[in-house]
Amino acid sequence: MRNVAIIGVGMTDFGRLEDDTLMDILSSASLHAIDDAGIDPKLIELVYVANMGGGILNHRTAIASGLVDNIGLIPAAADTIENGPASGGSAIKNGVMAVASGYYDFVLVVGGEKMRDVSGWRATDFVATLTHPDAEYIYGITLPGMAGMFANLYMEKYGYTRRHLAEVAIKNHKNALMNPYAHVQMDIAMKGILDSPDAAINNSPLAEPLHLFDSCPVSDGGAAIILCPEDRVKEFNKPVICVAGFGQATDTLTLAERDDPTDLKAVTLACEQAYKRAGITSKDIDFAELHDAFTILEIAEAEHAGLYKKGGYKKAIESGENKITGSLPINPSGGLKSRGHPVGATGVAQAVEVTWQLRGEAGERQVKNARTALTVNFGGFGNNVVALVLRRGK
Amino acid sequence: MDMELEQMLRPAEFDMPEYPAKVITLATGGQMVVRAATRRDVPTIMKAVKPTIKIERDFYDVVGSRVYAELLAWNKYRYRNCYVLLGQIDNILVGVVNGRMLTDKIGISLHTLAIERGLRIGAHLYAAKMEHHIEFLNQDEVWITAESPIGFRRWMIEYDLIKQQGVQHELGGADSFKLTRDLYFKCKSRLVAGSRPCPEDLLEKAKGEIIIADEESIVTQICGAKGAWSK
Repeated sequence: MRNVAIIGVGMTDFGRLEDDTLMDILSSASLHAIDDAGIDPKLIELVYVANMGGGILNHRTAIASGLVDNIGLIPAAADTIENGPASGGSAIKNGVMAVASGYYDFVLVVGGEKMRDVSGWRATDFVATLTHPDAEYIYGITLPGMAGMFANLYMEKYGYTRRHLAEVAIKNHKNALMNPYAHVQMDIAMKGILDSPDAAINNSPLAEPLHLFDSCPVSDGGAAIILCPEDRVKEFNKPVICVAGFGQATDTLTLAERDDPTDLKAVTLACEQAYKRAGITSKDIDFAELHDAFTILEIAEAEHAGLYKKGGYKKAIESGENKITGSLPINPSGGLKSRGHPVGATGVAQAVEVTWQLRGEAGERQVKNARTALTVNFGGFGNNVVALVLRRGK
Repeated sequence: MDMELEQMLRPAEFDMPEYPAKVITLATGGQMVVRAATRRDVPTIMKAVKPTIKIERDFYDVVGSRVYAELLAWNKYRYRNCYVLLGQIDNILVGVVNGRMLTDKIGISLHTLAIERGLRIGAHLYAAKMEHHIEFLNQDEVWITAESPIGFRRWMIEYDLIKQQGVQHELGGADSFKLTRDLYFKCKSRLVAGSRPCPEDLLEKAKGEIIIADEESIVTQICGAKGAWSK
């Protein structure tokens, strides 16, 4: 097996891209990554497109075929990969395996979603189609509803309060202020979302104990990376950023069937696999991009990824060590919470952010001395999780 | 000006109590003063409204041009029983709402224009408008229509407004809805923010100077993300 590196990254703005189609979004992100790599597009032999909702939200299928035609990559092989909100992570994993195996040298992985063409409640319903149709969806469950129930259990078991959740939201909003691609550019304060009489109206309940500012926005956006064998990076005048390890694990589709619904086993297994393949332990991680579709998920994933013991993340929140200037920054991009969550793009956007950080190109939000990073792309409600370890240098 | 004719053109107005200013703590922790505008404020307010007339996104062009015309008509005494409320953060004008009394018991909601977005400015100011009609003008109901999907979601759905069959709202052909006193008090605790009295120093500063952001900033603020090809 060959070592695999990232030589190009690109993103669109995340937000409400009213004038752009899904194909515009995917094309723009791809071309940015191609430009960044400085690669002749003719060299790209394989394209993976991560997308969850093209058929449902945009009435568009065969997206990968459309993309290669739209940006002149024919005759590259092209496939669309759908794994719910972890579609991006899955597409990267497949791209890595394609290069590692020796079958392909240059692979474009792009994720994109156009979710703002429909109303908020239709977008919420669309995401809810990933739940079990007979055991969950039929009873009206949505992802915010599921996260609310999970949050209740998790907070009770490990002693978290709404203040801890609010601290996560405030941190990620602050980080996103330094990210020009982020959807939500707003500095929020404890007074405005928790500690004043008006906070109850500003931060209205979503699914108790989660409130508006505990949730990610519904976003449009795209992100792309270009993979190649590590030994060919020198041809591109780019620093070596390796995909040192990946892991993927699944769990029961329904939360109710799990022995302990607060135990995100797939997160733990995926991260353990990724660490093992990278030859590291969780202690070697310098910073992480976690899938904080809801604030409680940043907490639970940090703990299930082994970065903290169960209940231990509250110390990081209280001490500020999870901030960009802290000892273990979490979600320097602003995370899904503020950078945004165009579902198919998210896993790829995490890799883009980590690459910028490892190259030292993250501007104001640069994590100091970043060498090894973790991404967790959380599919379903933790039933299909992809983790990546990226590293600067060989 | 022919004052004899002008006197005939100026409609007689109800004696309307002024909206008592309040202050709202926003999600940012910042404070927004909500207060009644005077006719003296109108030329300044119009400068902030003008850039919105060109913005197609979310029907700002429709709402902005109507607000502009309503402000002008109010300022020149051609619109009866109107009021205008302003939202100001650090004196910067961030939103405008207006309405009027149709009769002593029926209010008309005219427009809600958020110049800064993402902080529930429009929602807070709309709630202040309903508060004014029901609590200070002591009206029984407010007639409301929506010209944008955001308005429809915010007002008709959040307040569970009652659709009025066969009643024409004066803004035009869209469906007409109403907020009753009962509905208002049912929604008040979850939708009407703010505290009184507004601290004197904040209010005096807000009245003393209305700061208007430059045109480009207003357009950028309202339009948000520039698009997939912007970077």
